[in-house]
Amino acid sequence: MKKLYFLFVVIVFVSCSKDKDLNTLDDITIPSVSTPNDVSFGVETPMVFAKGGNYIPLYGKKNEAITVNDLLMDVYPVSNTNFLAFVKQNKRWRKSEVKKLFADDNYLNFWKNDTLLATDMKPNSPVTNVSWYAANAYCECQGKRLATVDEWEFVAMANQDMADARKVEAYNQYILDWYEKPKTFNNEIGETFKNYYGVYDLHGLVWEWTSDFNSILLTGESRSDVTTDKDLFCGSGSLNASDLMNYAAFIRYAFRGSVKANYAVKNLGFRCVKDTLNIKKP
Amino acid sequence: MCQRYFKYKKTMKKIILFFIAILLFSCKKTNSETTNNSISQESIFNLTSKWKTQDNKTIEIKDFKGKVTVMVMIYTSCKAACPRLVADMRDIESKMPKDKLSDLNFVLVSIDPEVDTPKRLKAFAKANFMDAPHWTFLQGTKSTVQEFANVLAVKYKQIAPMDFSHSNIISVFNREGELIHQQEGLGVNNKETVDKIIETVNN
Repeated sequence: MKKLYFLFVVIVFVSCSKDKDLNTLDDITIPSVSTPNDVSFGVETPMVFAKGGNYIPLYGKKNEAITVNDLLMDVYPVSNTNFLAFVKQNKRWRKSEVKKLFADDNYLNFWKNDTLLATDMKPNSPVTNVSWYAANAYCECQGKRLATVDEWEFVAMANQDMADARKVEAYNQYILDWYEKPKTFNNEIGETFKNYYGVYDLHGLVWEWTSDFNSILLTGESRSDVTTDKDLFCGSGSLNASDLMNYAAFIRYAFRGSVKANYAVKNLGFRCVKDTLNIKKP
Repeated sequence: MCQRYFKYKKTMKKIILFFIAILLFSCKKTNSETTNNSISQESIFNLTSKWKTQDNKTIEIKDFKGKVTVMVMIYTSCKAACPRLVADMRDIESKMPKDKLSDLNFVLVSIDPEVDTPKRLKAFAKANFMDAPHWTFLQGTKSTVQEFANVLAVKYKQIAPMDFSHSNIISVFNREGELIHQQEGLGVNNKETVDKIIETVNN
């Protein structure tokens, strides 16, 4: 009998020790942004390779070049269909289930219900009205991530045949024309131009979430932060821009600085990127 | 003999049942943890990211549940704003009624998870006399820190190795993890923040 007791005590111990292990493990390096329960949803989207390099972003630390590593980027923004597949598998990202902390009331608010698009929505239009948290979770489920602002801007400097077309008038004009065009989010993915890297729709369709959009309004040093946005976007602000001609990018930076992570905006979608296997540490 | 054996078998069965019940019960706690029905939609306890404390313990944000939590994001190698932010935190703490301290968490989240290891955080805590049990320092990962900064609406950017630019916000959460107050800026008058904390902790 004593043996039996002992045996059961051991069983009880073993059966629960798995959870204890989790707490003592050094698994802190594993990304665990609020998505441990999300599961893959069987959507494969084409990606293209973008060779990294140096460039001077619109603003950063006093005209200092930023190094962007090689990366793989989704050819298209995430479509309604793909996002639908994601929420079908992951209930907590459905519009009736999502927590307010992670998405405001506008989250997927044009959808008919949790798993049905509105009749006038095209399956192949980019998904919009998604929060940063949802976009982040979607990418993580695919083993991908959101691009950083620097990465996004780097790939988006390209036009059809140049890696850096920021000085090309037609390129800037195209972007500015788009900013004035209403409701382009109703268009379908892949209808704008294919850029130098083979990526579509960076300009001309929807705005896109970036992983570190919350770093936007900060430059220089800690002492001057919080109020930097004023310095950047009014009057003297333009002095800080490394490329005065790039007015279009100003609008993008200002937009990013104006959103919060739980906002779901009608013209804001996302796409994912992935590191290539041979990452060079900067 | 035969009957005795039968009896023995019966008690065995009971014992087995009993232990199965224990087994089920003992694991139930961990299961129920994943369903957090009592948490409101806006609560930061909805976050499931894992963090290391200065004592190298792994915790989740919801482990702060039940106490009023005051949070700030800093990094230990910071020379400019953080010492003052830390001073602001200490100043707020010093204005708390001593008997309420056990009902409060003061949490400092590092925005530099690569440098601020638990060991380093511990040393920082000691050097700054923030070693009492109501002080917690957290190390996350790049992505969890980013997520957490979004929750606090803190903006930050790495401008050089070991140098960050960040907004100076002290956030107060109630016992359910709902944001009730934010104080922005350095060395600002913290009367409102202090009043808010005391009011919440007395509720």
